[in-house]
Amino acid sequence: MRLRLVPEETSWDFFSRIRLWVGFSVLLLILSAASFATRGLNYGIDFQGGTTIRTESAQDLDIGAYRDALAALELGDISITEVFDPSFGPDKHVAMIRIQAQSGEESVGEGRIEEVRTALQSVVEDIRFTAVESVGPKVSGELIKTAAIAVLLAMGAVLVYIWLRFEWQFAVGAVVALVHDVLLTIGVFSVLQIRFDLAIIAALLTIVGYSLNDTVVIFDRVRENLRKYKSLALRDVLNLAINETLSRTIMTSVTTLIALISLIVLGGDVIRGFVFAMTWGVIVGTYSTVFVASAILLRLGVKRDWSKPDANEGNQFANVDA
Amino acid sequence: MLQIDLWKRVMIWLLVAAGLLLALPNAFYSRVETVNDTRAALAAGAPVDESAASGWPSWLPSGLVNLGLDLRGGAHLLVEVQVEDVYQARMESLWPEVRDLLRAARDEVGTIRLQESAPDELVVRVGNEGGAATAAGLVRDLAQPVVSLTGVGASDIEVRSQGQDVIVTLSEAERIATDERTLRQSLEIIRRRIDEVGTREPTIQRQGADRILIQVPGIGSAEELKAIIGTTAQLTFQPVVTQTSDPDYRVASGEELIPSLDEEGVFYILEQAPVVTGEELTDSQPSFDQNNRPAVSFRFNPSGARKFGDYTAANIGAPFAIVLDDEVISAPVIQSHIPGGSGIITGNFTVEESTNLAVLLRAGALPAGLEFLEERTIGPELGADSIEAGKIACIVAFVAVLIFMALSYGLFGIFANIALIVNVGLLFGLLSLLGATLTLPGIAGIVLTIGMAVDANVLIFERIREELKTARGPARAIELGYERALSAIVDANITTFITAVILFAIGSGPVRGFAITLGLGIVTSVFTAIFVTRLLVIMWFERRRPRTLEV
Repeated sequence: MRLRLVPEETSWDFFSRIRLWVGFSVLLLILSAASFATRGLNYGIDFQGGTTIRTESAQDLDIGAYRDALAALELGDISITEVFDPSFGPDKHVAMIRIQAQSGEESVGEGRIEEVRTALQSVVEDIRFTAVESVGPKVSGELIKTAAIAVLLAMGAVLVYIWLRFEWQFAVGAVVALVHDVLLTIGVFSVLQIRFDLAIIAALLTIVGYSLNDTVVIFDRVRENLRKYKSLALRDVLNLAINETLSRTIMTSVTTLIALISLIVLGGDVIRGFVFAMTWGVIVGTYSTVFVASAILLRLGVKRDWSKPDANEGNQFANVDA
Repeated sequence: MLQIDLWKRVMIWLLVAAGLLLALPNAFYSRVETVNDTRAALAAGAPVDESAASGWPSWLPSGLVNLGLDLRGGAHLLVEVQVEDVYQARMESLWPEVRDLLRAARDEVGTIRLQESAPDELVVRVGNEGGAATAAGLVRDLAQPVVSLTGVGASDIEVRSQGQDVIVTLSEAERIATDERTLRQSLEIIRRRIDEVGTREPTIQRQGADRILIQVPGIGSAEELKAIIGTTAQLTFQPVVTQTSDPDYRVASGEELIPSLDEEGVFYILEQAPVVTGEELTDSQPSFDQNNRPAVSFRFNPSGARKFGDYTAANIGAPFAIVLDDEVISAPVIQSHIPGGSGIITGNFTVEESTNLAVLLRAGALPAGLEFLEERTIGPELGADSIEAGKIACIVAFVAVLIFMALSYGLFGIFANIALIVNVGLLFGLLSLLGATLTLPGIAGIVLTIGMAVDANVLIFERIREELKTARGPARAIELGYERALSAIVDANITTFITAVILFAIGSGPVRGFAITLGLGIVTSVFTAIFVTRLLVIMWFERRRPRTLEV
């Protein structure tokens, strides 16, 4: 007896309500853009400069007291949030204190962290500082730039690779799906105001990788079916390819989600944002393969002239998988 | 048909065995770590308990996955070396030479005065009208060729005249060469200072043109690390012009006002150009003066000794100042000519202070100031929590995926599970072999790999299922399944691998750790899917010869 997530044989028509799905995606994209424009992102210190201090104490967290202790130092905008995690015992209270970069300073303020420590110690005796991180505005500006370059470079590289291995229509479909996934992930971070730091960029690139993985598997089958069923309409070829690979799509998404969800629940609060981004990305990536990448492929059409099988003979990439 | 050559089978098993063997030490992390430390200490000739080295057999590999700062705790600093500081020092040291040269030619150029200028320029005003060009010509003779690959034929200073001013600046080639030297020197000094404290496995790396990345595991805080590195530990010996108690005393150009270290309210007016700097020290030791108070003895290199000797011979009876970090430690009066190039610094030191000062002097002064761009401290308990949480998440994810695969694919799922276990083993083996650093995002990368590693197997199994419907017999279905799934596996994994490579190339720190585990995870998962599971399936098939197949 086997566990089956998808019936053995499916012949669902994924394009019967395609306008609806495309509309849905566009709506989500607009919402993301609106949120980004109005609320922006909750940038971490990696991107905005400043200092974060993680404190730990056995006493109940009194944010007001912390705030009062730090008010005298005149550090400008300070945010103090309590961190929760199922693994914390009853006598473990963790707070994250975020201090903005002080104006006119290129680097980390000399001695300021020491002042903050002393101020907090005077209020909470048993306070411990489990992590203190400071990034100067000079570096944070560069980090944003390199992060953006990394994401664009990854997409560019992928575009070129798929273009070489498939047709340009496939590459466009795959990359539009990637952009869709990345934008929606940024959107969700904007809506939920989850801290957006360097690790999230790594997550974005992983999403790029995962979403692509998914897209490529279906495109590979589309390519195969295009050769096999020369007279079948493109829409049917796409449907066939998606149905044939559906079981695999779901299986892999589920195993990956199993792993990620166990990490969200048990992996501790430090990387929760990072793992959340990846989880979201897996869901969006799976969705976009079918409803974005394939839809675009259908719209663009594909060269169906396989009558000359030797057309690709001279292409050095044609036989990579042989 | 369905077969793999014997030599290939042997190769596959050997690779798997080698990978697992390399991964083995990580299962006994703390034990192997102690043994490795002991062995390293023994090799360095340190007196340690030799029995501690026998905790791990010497014929087994002992490479471990390095733990990143976010897992082990420690401090991280990114500093920018203020290379321009050196230009200023160069200009200051050029002034006495220029002064002596032009004084000798007073008849032609007239009186000379040092002008206020930008830190990287030397501006001298000459008395005679039209004398500036002559003076510039004289100063130009002081130029020396730049020693560098790119600046062949260039000289180190550029001299021009403007009205009655002679302006001296460093040439472009010299600046490049100086920057390079400054950075190397800073790197070396920082390394020596950190080694002096004796923490283990510090990372001290150059980044870009003028930055240095310092990571020291196990250190309490970034502040502590900064204190060890010292921000501007500059030792100089400067002639004293006079002494004052007025902090707002207006100094003439070429002079500076420096407070005393231990006499409250006392300021010294010193000539800016030092006689000798700490760079010319070869040794310094804590010692005691004739009154048995803690002091620091020092010795100069030959050129420093000559300068020091000449100066003391010419200025007997005059005070001179020992300046550390812009504070006068002491300003003794020169009693006699000191020819040997060694001396003693006295002051109100405690024994500990004199020891620290000696260490600081021995390690050498940093040639330029440091600006701290980024500092991070991770407490060891937070690191330990992260490892613990990561470990549990890994095990749970692992078990859940194993059960899920077994339920979905039955016997073939078991094969995939064996491959998955081998896969994680190989991944750790590779990480140990490369001495890669595992970070918290890196652990997430491993978990993601566990989830995605089954993908290749899933692709193959699903394909075999499909082929079973059309192909003739199970053997053919298995063969076709592997054959036809290959192109999707290759394409899908290459694209993911591309993103891992880009992450590795561009990312830093934790992100890089993630890229490493993700990239290596792809390599090992493809290997296990297309070789290990295939071998398992074929071995099973050869033994059973089933007529029907259920995947």
